[in-house]
Amino acid sequence: MSEERKGLYAVRGEALPPTPAPGSPPEPWKETRVVGAKMPRVDGYARVSGSAVYPSDVSLPGMLYGAVLRCPHPHAKVLRVDASRALGMPGVHAVLTGDHPEARRDWTYSQWRPPKEAGSRLFDPVCRFEGEPVAAVAAETPYEAWDAVRAIGVEYEVLPFVSDELEALKPGAPAVHEGGNLVQTENYSRGDVDEGLAQADVVLEETYRTESELHTPMELHGCVASWEGDRLTLWESTQGVYVVQKEVADVLRIPLSKVRVVGHYMGGGFGSKLEAGKYTVLAALLAYKAARPVKLLLTREETYLAAGNRPPANMTLKAGVKKDGTLAALDFSCVCTGGAYPAGGTALVDWLVRDLYACPNVRTEATDVYVNAGPARPFRAPGHPQGAWALEQMMDALAHAIGMDPVELRLRNIPAFSQAREGTPPYTTNGFKECLEEGAKAFGWKEALRRAAEFNRHHTHAKRGAGMAGCSWFVGGGWPPATVILKLYADGTANLNMGASDIGTGTKSVMAMVVAEELGVKTEMVQIENADTGTTQYASASGGSKTVPTEAPTVRAAAIHVKQQLLDMAAADLQVERSDLTFRGDRVASVSDPSKSVRVQDISGLKKARVVVGVGTRGPNPADKAIVPFGAQFCEVEVSTRTGEVRILRFLGAHDSGRVMNRLTYDNQVVGGITMGIGLATTEMRVLDRHRTGKLVNRNWHDYKLPTSMDVPAEITSLPVEIPDDEANTTGAKGLGEPVTIPTAPAVANAVYNAVGLRMTRTPINPLQLSRKLFENRKEG
Amino acid sequence: MSRDHESKECRCGRGVSRRGFIASMGVGAVAVGASNRLLAASGEAGAAEVTKPGQWVRVTLNVNGRKHTLLVEPRWTLLHVLREEIGLTGSKAGCERGECGACTVLMDGVPRYACMTLAVEAEGMEIVTVEGLMKGEELGEVQQAFLDEDAFQCGYCTPGQIMAVEGLLRSNPRPSLQEIQRGTSGNLCRCGAYAHIFKAADRAAKLKSGKGGES
Repeated sequence: MSEERKGLYAVRGEALPPTPAPGSPPEPWKETRVVGAKMPRVDGYARVSGSAVYPSDVSLPGMLYGAVLRCPHPHAKVLRVDASRALGMPGVHAVLTGDHPEARRDWTYSQWRPPKEAGSRLFDPVCRFEGEPVAAVAAETPYEAWDAVRAIGVEYEVLPFVSDELEALKPGAPAVHEGGNLVQTENYSRGDVDEGLAQADVVLEETYRTESELHTPMELHGCVASWEGDRLTLWESTQGVYVVQKEVADVLRIPLSKVRVVGHYMGGGFGSKLEAGKYTVLAALLAYKAARPVKLLLTREETYLAAGNRPPANMTLKAGVKKDGTLAALDFSCVCTGGAYPAGGTALVDWLVRDLYACPNVRTEATDVYVNAGPARPFRAPGHPQGAWALEQMMDALAHAIGMDPVELRLRNIPAFSQAREGTPPYTTNGFKECLEEGAKAFGWKEALRRAAEFNRHHTHAKRGAGMAGCSWFVGGGWPPATVILKLYADGTANLNMGASDIGTGTKSVMAMVVAEELGVKTEMVQIENADTGTTQYASASGGSKTVPTEAPTVRAAAIHVKQQLLDMAAADLQVERSDLTFRGDRVASVSDPSKSVRVQDISGLKKARVVVGVGTRGPNPADKAIVPFGAQFCEVEVSTRTGEVRILRFLGAHDSGRVMNRLTYDNQVVGGITMGIGLATTEMRVLDRHRTGKLVNRNWHDYKLPTSMDVPAEITSLPVEIPDDEANTTGAKGLGEPVTIPTAPAVANAVYNAVGLRMTRTPINPLQLSRKLFENRKEG
Repeated sequence: MSRDHESKECRCGRGVSRRGFIASMGVGAVAVGASNRLLAASGEAGAAEVTKPGQWVRVTLNVNGRKHTLLVEPRWTLLHVLREEIGLTGSKAGCERGECGACTVLMDGVPRYACMTLAVEAEGMEIVTVEGLMKGEELGEVQQAFLDEDAFQCGYCTPGQIMAVEGLLRSNPRPSLQEIQRGTSGNLCRCGAYAHIFKAADRAAKLKSGKGGES
């Protein structure tokens, strides 16, 4: 400990990035000392030692435990709730049902785009999906809370249901809402698709389906709620404390200043924790009623039912291509469902068809319908993996049809600007070409195809194949607003105060590196407090690959603000012009007379004030430009033609996400995104008993299978295509978390096609599906 | 498949694996059987003395080398007692039904799911949680390796992963990649950091054998 104090807190001697005059934008970093390095996380110690306190770990004196009774039917009217027996049970302190006036509150399921019918009630008299809350209990132990839940009697009028989105549109289908089952139909078109198809040399049409996926982050959804009089504090497992604060304040109809939301650590969200849940409000109401803090965490089963999902997608794509590889037309339609409430069932499913490849003639139609199932929540890259499953398999099929390499076909159709955005703006940077070329080279694409063919000549029951796919992500540039405060302490170390959650992507570490880069202080000397509406500055929720491009330039601005103040103070101390001063490591020195310098800690202004406070705000994005990350992934698989098993041998992700901020966490995102994509491709599938009960059949991790350590290759290579995007923001970074999971599933499907010559148009490519297809193929062949 | 066959076939059987978990259920049954104070004459229908909710049982748990004597309901899991009663929140609750492994602890040196173990079953066993791997404020080798290799993202499965690797390395100090994969197959990571976890396990093996983490 004492050694640390004797040593340097900051680098010595090296020039720091120039400090712009107040009001002027900083120059892009040229060479970086810290940013881009492989740096273990600043909060890694807390996470591996077990000392990090996640919301589910919080324990308060007198704390009770909450539990929720949920409707077991996919569609039912609640006629009567009898909680009298539960109230008298040991340990029970509070029970809430729809009969209690304090629980009569409006609820909106979709915070993204709430249309008119989105309204629900906290305890809705009509349960439109299995898992709607009907009552809630707080008791001294979770066991007693569940005893009480089981003792609540509910009389339901069970109503007809519909679970299948295609059935839902047919005449006579049970209506989820009074107005019918159609949420909306969205249409887009440019050029003349029919003309384009007529001019194409090859036209292919295929239908595709991706199954609904469930987020299932490791930490359960929920919170600890505690009141002091009329002030509520929530420790919530969330991606965005400020979002939860607003939603809870709105539902409880109390001012923002009465709600403090804390979420220092959180155990994963993937989009399912961008919003507060009914459970958040129930915890608050139970705590108020019991006048005791309440910890309410869902069970794993409840998270399957009522904490969001990736909507299933039924897609048809007709595509025309010329012999030279020029795309002539794309005609896409899809039917998807966000469940029982409007929740973005079709959101962005058609985006890649519209924007990824240069194509003059494009038409899309997206139909969102209601079914009696849990409402969707945004799931990592909403819509994109679904759309990529169709588009990227189609690109592969077109390439085969015209005898062109699939990489080459994509290279021939790279757009010069964003065709689907209003005003067709150019991209700030577009590294798609480099991702395809450098990815193919590093992967050994041609060699892999050749080797697979050679392997297949000598093997009957094992077949190998290589596949690839490309992607972009809708919003990779972040946006305002965001504010951070950076404090420089008297000894030259720093404190960063920022509202953003670190959802596991390494946000805190990247921000410490930005501070270190700009101030010369070592990363381990940057203390960070984050994700607390009471004490940290405003940030939007961490999600959509926008946290780094939003927060990093904001942190840089705060660091520059600190430096500007230090220069002013040093100018007074040294009696030189401010413009003549520059930072060299932990000193401020005159450029014209290097003998005039002062150690940062010795600057009298800092000594006097004890701290220098820098404030950074997020500036606007460049007008009329699109900030978009790109990527390409490559893989090799081995298929057992006896069992239908697919073994993924290796993967490579080549991604253009602008500047690499921390190579270690960057690579981890690539590994994690590919792993999640392998889940979509091979194992994950929500199963609703659509004929008999409408209930969710696989509501646990045994029956709904995530990729395990046995299902992923040890060799997953991350190849950053690093093109610092100086136009996007002052750090040059674009988003990474979403693009890395978009092309994975179609890359696997294309590799399976390369191995056995079968197009797997429905996820997941599991042994059941593949062996059936292999069998049918043998019968026909 | 008999358990003898299991132990002969795979040296890495002491990691948490799906099959290893079944073996753990067996151990649990033995422990309950031995504790006849709780379930006297459990074999005979009708004659069983059933402990009811609200009835308290005194247990002494040996956790990280420290004895904790407390009253529990017989139905309380070891995980509940560790987290909510003793306050060791390093072990995480991901499913509470033996699926994810976030609650993995060592029991007599073997990785087990604390959510599938009753507190009363754990009496008399040496329990080590992730906090127990610390040497004061210093990280243990496996923890250090996870930090160095960035073998986690959100960190919620991490204590369980670390305990699975710790248990694996205690029985198999130099596991192969396949043995590492199998040894961590009972621990889900939704962030998908498996490829980094494999590297961390390998690095931890080297750190433990005093050869440093560099390969």
